[in-house]
Amino acid sequence: MQTIFLILYPVVAASLILLIKGERVKQAALVAALVELVYAVAVFVQFKPDATSQFGYDYAWISSLGIRLSGGIDGISVLLVLLTGLVVPLIVLSTFERSYSRPALFYALMLYMQAALMGVFTARDAFLFYFFFEAALIPIYFLAAMWGGENRVPVTFKFFIYTIFGSLFMLVALVYLYYQTPLVDGHHTANITDFYRLKLTPEAQSWVFWAFFIAFAIKMPVFPFHTWQPDTYVESPTPATMLLAGVMLKMGVYGLIRFILPVVPLGVEAWGRTAIVLSVIGIVYGSIIAIRQRDMKRLIAYSSFSHVGLMAAGVFSQTETGMQGALIQMLAHGVNVVGMFFVADAIFARTQTHQLDQLGGITKTTPKLTVFFMIMLLGSVALPLTNGFVGEFLLLHGVYTYNHYIGLAAGFTIIFGAVYMLRMFQKSMFGTPSSRTTNFADLTLSESLVFVPLVVMVFWMGIYPQTFLKVTEPAVANLMKYIGTTAVSLK
Amino acid sequence: MLPIVLLSVLGIALLFLGFQKSRTLLLPAALLSLLLALAANFYDWNKAYLYFNGMLRTDNLTMVFTAIMLGSAFLVVALSSRFAEDEEAQPAEYYAIMLFSLVGGIMMAGFENLIMLFVGVEILSVAMYVLTGSDKRNLRSNEAALKYFLMGCFATGILLFGMALIYGSTGSFTLAGIAGYAANPQAGLSLLMYVGLLMLLIGLLFKVSAAPFHFWTPDVYDGAPTIFTAFMSTVVKTAGFAALFKLLSVSFSQVYGFWWAILAGITALTLIAGNITAVYQNSFKRMMAYSSISHAGYLLIGLAALGTQTKQAIVFYSLAYSVATISAFAVLLLVAQQRSTQTLSGEGVVAESFDSFNGLARQNPLLGFAMAVSMLSLAGIPLTAGFWGKFYMFSTAAERGQIWLLVVAVLMSAVGIYYYFRVIIAMYFRDGAVEPIQVSPVYRYVLVIATVVTLGLGVMPGLLQNLF
Repeated sequence: MQTIFLILYPVVAASLILLIKGERVKQAALVAALVELVYAVAVFVQFKPDATSQFGYDYAWISSLGIRLSGGIDGISVLLVLLTGLVVPLIVLSTFERSYSRPALFYALMLYMQAALMGVFTARDAFLFYFFFEAALIPIYFLAAMWGGENRVPVTFKFFIYTIFGSLFMLVALVYLYYQTPLVDGHHTANITDFYRLKLTPEAQSWVFWAFFIAFAIKMPVFPFHTWQPDTYVESPTPATMLLAGVMLKMGVYGLIRFILPVVPLGVEAWGRTAIVLSVIGIVYGSIIAIRQRDMKRLIAYSSFSHVGLMAAGVFSQTETGMQGALIQMLAHGVNVVGMFFVADAIFARTQTHQLDQLGGITKTTPKLTVFFMIMLLGSVALPLTNGFVGEFLLLHGVYTYNHYIGLAAGFTIIFGAVYMLRMFQKSMFGTPSSRTTNFADLTLSESLVFVPLVVMVFWMGIYPQTFLKVTEPAVANLMKYIGTTAVSLK
Repeated sequence: MLPIVLLSVLGIALLFLGFQKSRTLLLPAALLSLLLALAANFYDWNKAYLYFNGMLRTDNLTMVFTAIMLGSAFLVVALSSRFAEDEEAQPAEYYAIMLFSLVGGIMMAGFENLIMLFVGVEILSVAMYVLTGSDKRNLRSNEAALKYFLMGCFATGILLFGMALIYGSTGSFTLAGIAGYAANPQAGLSLLMYVGLLMLLIGLLFKVSAAPFHFWTPDVYDGAPTIFTAFMSTVVKTAGFAALFKLLSVSFSQVYGFWWAILAGITALTLIAGNITAVYQNSFKRMMAYSSISHAGYLLIGLAALGTQTKQAIVFYSLAYSVATISAFAVLLLVAQQRSTQTLSGEGVVAESFDSFNGLARQNPLLGFAMAVSMLSLAGIPLTAGFWGKFYMFSTAAERGQIWLLVVAVLMSAVGIYYYFRVIIAMYFRDGAVEPIQVSPVYRYVLVIATVVTLGLGVMPGLLQNLF
């Protein structure tokens, strides 16, 4: 039941918000998002750390095909549910000092997006998953294309076509898998756990692997499917970018864990190495390009591309630490990237630029921004005691166990990450103030309030990650055991 | 059967109503006739009857197809209020012809005998030729009508030739008789039957504008008055696919091995031709013509993979497609009426290009939303009926293991998104004329109904399923 609330409540709230006129929309949207957050936290606290799916629902949907409305939260979903609940109120709060035209539609789309994301992370029926996976795309497309920068129309269009193209392949794979399930009461089933029991031939596993992989790789994105990403991140309005980078790209990583590993273990055996190599290329390539960037938003976009490559590599390492690392890093990256984009947004609001060479000397007048920026940055470069460290350590450990050399290459992410992040900090915050940054005002109260929960998360996850690791552990262990046995039984 | 009688009688009554000077009664009368027919259609629900010595059959499937056609016609006719103001228009005749054409469409959905199929096809087609050319002052319309008529006659000839060959080889015109012959392959099936089947297929595929028999479509759709284009692209297509489905599933399912590859090839060709050429259109109306070709392709997937799901898939797809198409044409009608500067002599601009939609969503949120939902549905994006339509079609192909066809369909779906989204981009992200468009209440109702159906079936596709 709780899961239904998490999905339906934002839809209802968004529809009501559409009716509100004027500036009160912001407050209403914030209250609406906070209620969802409280609920998500309650679910997280009540979640019993074992391998079962909890808070579920299950109703007939398309009965003649055996497709059901069914969902629930297990150890793999739970952190993402928390993340989705956490990020949206912060994004809403981050817009308090800015004004967007047609605010009611703006915030409503954001809540619709949240509903779809909750749906993706909790669906237990493959077609329900697909339904939400695509449905999430519509609000974000309009958010990006209606309120974005100058080039928004072609850029977001490319993004849309790219992701739909990938998803359609996933649809083919899902329909194929559906027809491989045994008949029950005259129809097949689409429950994800039924897909886990399929015994597919190695050839079928290979192409299903690719159909899934292309869909998820575009979403994340993994090299070479990333070309839509930097432009889209730059052209979208910052709140939409936060949603894209903070939550939406996790749909891809989540898909890898939920579908690819357990459904086509032989496909992973055959092609997992290719996938890891692509991911690691993405890590190194993304970092190197990030070093060369002059635009803050673009730099963060490439850093995100690089980080997500590491998550993909961790998942394909098929180790328990790699998988745990991917899950914890999804939460950590969500927190960090939202913080980083908000820093860029705060600077843009005061200087009207993201160009590093037009900034400088901001620290002189802004103690609050400096401290918060630095903390988010340290989280991103994985300093010990911050959230990034835990995730990256586990991920690198996983990849290193899989293959030492690949692990070594992936490790560059830490060095390069420090290089481009510190360079960005130095160029924007230190040095002599430029004409744009003299009289730079420090963060307002509402802006500071956005950072407080983010900073709390950075340290909480960094100092005591056990809170989060222990809820995912049984599910990951179960999944690993499961993958091990199916792969053996298929041979 | 009841709707056929009602439509014929009421159609003639409408003609007489045309003698009156005042035209105000015509539209309500036409709508009432359609509603009566729609209500009468369900009178025999869950019962199956044969009429005219087994020439025509009414069962739940026929009734569902009939209901889709009548419902589409109702929505389209509701949009025709402009006829009352147009001095040159002959609304009584138009409405009567539309009602008569529906009789043909229902025959195509319920035929049990090839002769009945032929009569149905002709009733529908001749009516369409006339309606296409009904804008007598417009050269485009005249040319389109002539083209449609000539090509259509050709197709009819082939259809009839095919029937003759089938009769010659199987000794029967009835679906059951042909099926009985085709079910005994031990004796060796006559080559003539295969040739006849191919010709039948060509004739019908022409009517639903499948490639490579689609060349008439863009010109005819473009030239015909928009309201009749909307009628054509929904009713004719539904009738055509009802007929194809019946023909293939009842009579020729035993020789599936012979025709499936041909049909699958035509399907792939239709998908590719329709979608790729639609990308290059600058006129929204022509884009809709190519889009209708591409949707014929998606519908054909279900036939090429004839199986347990096909019936449901075709019904669902026809409904989803018809509703979305009517909604799109309704918005086009409004935009073209109020933004065109064309005079009677043909000078000026007809507002049927994508640019005419610029900024529409800002001035008319309802029009923008309805159009956006319709485009999303035609593109097959979740939350809309179009998604499930495609989903069912893809399922049938997956059930038969025709993965290659699926891949073609998927690639072409991605292409489709390109041109459907051009409208959304124009409406939402571009600036255009400042004056809002006047929307009469009838248009508003039609758009709301179409949008609600599209979204309703998009979230609860199961609603339609347990019907038949």
